[in-house]
Amino acid sequence: MLLQTCGLHAGYDRFKALFGVDIAVEPGECVAIIGANGAGKSTLMRAISGVLRSAPDMVLHRGVPIGHLPAPQVMQRGIAMVPEGRRLFPSLSVEENLLIGAQMRRGTGPWALESVYELFPILRERRASPGTALSGGQQQMVAIGRALMSNPDLLLCDEISLGLAPVVIRDIYAALPRIRATGAAVVVVEQDITQALTVADRVYCLMEGRVTLTGRPGDLSRAAIHDAYFGGHA
Amino acid sequence: MTPTHWRMTTLTRAGLVTGGLALALIVLGLVLPAFASRKLIQDLFYILTMLTLAQLWNLLAGYGGLVSVGQQAFVGIGAYALFGGVILAGMDPLLALLLGGLAALVLAVPMAFFAFRLHGAYFAIGTWVMAEVARLSIAQWKALGGGTGTSLPRDATSGMKVLDWIGALFGVRAAAARDILAYWLALMLAVAVIGGIYWLLRNRLGLGLIAVRDNIEAARSVGVDVRRMKWAVFLLASAATGVTGALIFLQTARISPDAAFALTDWTAYVIFIVVIGGIGTIEGPILGVLVFFALRSLLADYGSWYLLTLGVIAIVVMLFAPRGLWGLISDRTGVQLFPVRRWLHGPGVGEETSR
Amino acid sequence: MIWLDTIAQGILLGGLYALFATGLSLVFGIMRLVNLAHGDLIVLAAYLILLVVTLLGLSPWLAVLVAAPVMFGLGWMLQRWVLNRVLGPDILPPLLVTFGLSIALQNALLEGFSADSRRIPNPALEGASVAVGPLNLGVMPLLTFGSAVAVILVLNRIIYATPLGRAFRATSDDPVTAGLMGIDPRRIFALATGLAMVVVTIAALYLGTRANFDPAIGPARLIYAFQAVIIGGLGSLWGTLIGGVILGVAQTTGAALNPEWQILAGHIAFLAVLLIRPRGLFPRAND
Repeated sequence: MLLQTCGLHAGYDRFKALFGVDIAVEPGECVAIIGANGAGKSTLMRAISGVLRSAPDMVLHRGVPIGHLPAPQVMQRGIAMVPEGRRLFPSLSVEENLLIGAQMRRGTGPWALESVYELFPILRERRASPGTALSGGQQQMVAIGRALMSNPDLLLCDEISLGLAPVVIRDIYAALPRIRATGAAVVVVEQDITQALTVADRVYCLMEGRVTLTGRPGDLSRAAIHDAYFGGHA
Repeated sequence: MTPTHWRMTTLTRAGLVTGGLALALIVLGLVLPAFASRKLIQDLFYILTMLTLAQLWNLLAGYGGLVSVGQQAFVGIGAYALFGGVILAGMDPLLALLLGGLAALVLAVPMAFFAFRLHGAYFAIGTWVMAEVARLSIAQWKALGGGTGTSLPRDATSGMKVLDWIGALFGVRAAAARDILAYWLALMLAVAVIGGIYWLLRNRLGLGLIAVRDNIEAARSVGVDVRRMKWAVFLLASAATGVTGALIFLQTARISPDAAFALTDWTAYVIFIVVIGGIGTIEGPILGVLVFFALRSLLADYGSWYLLTLGVIAIVVMLFAPRGLWGLISDRTGVQLFPVRRWLHGPGVGEETSR
Repeated sequence: MIWLDTIAQGILLGGLYALFATGLSLVFGIMRLVNLAHGDLIVLAAYLILLVVTLLGLSPWLAVLVAAPVMFGLGWMLQRWVLNRVLGPDILPPLLVTFGLSIALQNALLEGFSADSRRIPNPALEGASVAVGPLNLGVMPLLTFGSAVAVILVLNRIIYATPLGRAFRATSDDPVTAGLMGIDPRRIFALATGLAMVVVTIAALYLGTRANFDPAIGPARLIYAFQAVIIGGLGSLWGTLIGGVILGVAQTTGAALNPEWQILAGHIAFLAVLLIRPRGLFPRAND
């Protein structure tokens, strides 16, 4: 098992957002987390990546407890995150934004400046621009490339399609198979159920901080997803 | 349920006790000169003036978010205005106290104008620079002794009618009567300032201030005029600091730019008092000034060790108990002597509030 | 000719103020922290150099090489163990902690070295001067200015062309996301403060060799440093140098009119800039 959360509780000072979440990700797998706004999807990503701390054995990476580790150490173990809202560094150029992803961990794997530019050719043209001068879609490409630069074995993508035009979303998701081809597992957080069902091997649906449904896209009925997403009505 | 069943109060049992206790303390304070030694009266004068300065700085920094390191500007300008009024214009010293407040208010306008252009931490150093400008400018005022300073003429203060009256009342000489008068003024000033701040915090301005301190954007969005509020607090605190400064130097009767505009005496000590006692509360500076005075008496003979200790204590407090001694006490016991928090008393648990 | 000389002296004095200011500017740029003990740390470094010179019999130039790593370590520990604990959205705690540190440092120095004013001996270059056209310029002031330029060149190189500088800028932009990149902001802050203390040591060399110093002069150095930073505009080291020069020229010009006006003239120049350009002369675009 590459990653496992066991009864994960997490949240902020006065506000708990996750109540005992169990998910698991196998090596090389693509897992989608779906759920409505406020279901706890982003909190889950933040808890796995170490931005939010939890008890050590609530998050296991290759069987090692990492729930208590701060973000830099989680990243150095090989879990990279594409944060919600992209969060490029405005003071850094596109190329520097990419380079900083590999600065603290290079990892073994195919990803380097050259291969990221091949994945997203437009970034090569814009390499000297400030990261924040790019269009939303291009910024998302930088954010994904930045995370890949460390050659992670697990890539967390938090709402990568948020606020982007459908055609741009298609371009970005088109990169996913090539990322997976290198052997990395991917967790995508999506509000767009159709998109999630298309790309994922398995789906978890969150509602109000709990897993309400899990399974392979083909095995899940539309009604079951609807109930898990919005809450079942008796 | 109709909203009339709800009422908002800031009353707590401790608050009522405080009221009674404060009244008793004030009366005791007023009659104290009848049986206290002159040394005690002088010490109390110092404690009361430092307490007043601390409360005012706390109003600025703890409630207004304005961390000024330039309060010595107002102490100094207030003191110099008093000396100028008495020496150059032959004013009555008591009236000249008010002149001190006025001068500080006048200085506060350009000071706020410049310092408010600087944000956060830079505001702090900005006020400091302005205080330096005031000090250096005053040092050029040759009529009041320039850089070396001057003294109040003896007859200017001892000629006051009220001193004869105090002398007769307690059977003391003019010098002791002057101490008693200064002490009474300091007591009244401290009571007025603490009472005024308490009143302010319980009113609209106070609500706005606390809103600004807690979340400036949210406060703005519910219609608090942040800029006007900061101006109001700054001007008020400056004027009162000016009166306090004038009183301090009326008592010492000797002034120089370095003494009147001393960063250590009028700002560093004051900051330590508030930090150690507990910033953002009225109780904190009261507790702080007592601790400060105890430390001063204890370490007075050790010169620089005293300030070194104060500095280290302030650092330790900020690291481990950022809400000061009062914060520790209040957390343990839940006691609030000056309740400014609003309590909502409703008709019962589980009732829904109507919109 | 007197005026030309006054302005030249002022420009060179500005180099000293820029050295005072660069460390302050660096730390503020990376972690939005204003260290009120900055001036006292310069004075501390001056005593440290003096100590090395007298105890080890080294020349002041070599003594800096000994003092700089010590100051780096001191800055690193100060940030790691004290300042990192109080950094946050509320500006009050770091201000009050550094203010406490300032008072504590001044009095510790007073206890350790007495109030007597001291000077770092520098027999080789003290009073030496060179003729530049019609002007006679002191060698030490020229070296000070040259050092300020060199320090800024090196720092800009570090900030804009090394992985460390990239991490500095990223952390300054967004510490949480920097953490996701494997960068520990607390470590970056400690390195930045350490680096600032190295610059402080260089500033202290010139402070201590050019004039007398005593434990009480720190706060005034903080004020000059602060004024240079604000005049130049936050976030630009070259702006800080120009801010220092403007302050220096204002001070020497004021002093030429009346020796008592030196400091006041500097303050007035600062207020004038604040009046006309509240964000300084060369503000950074995104801040």
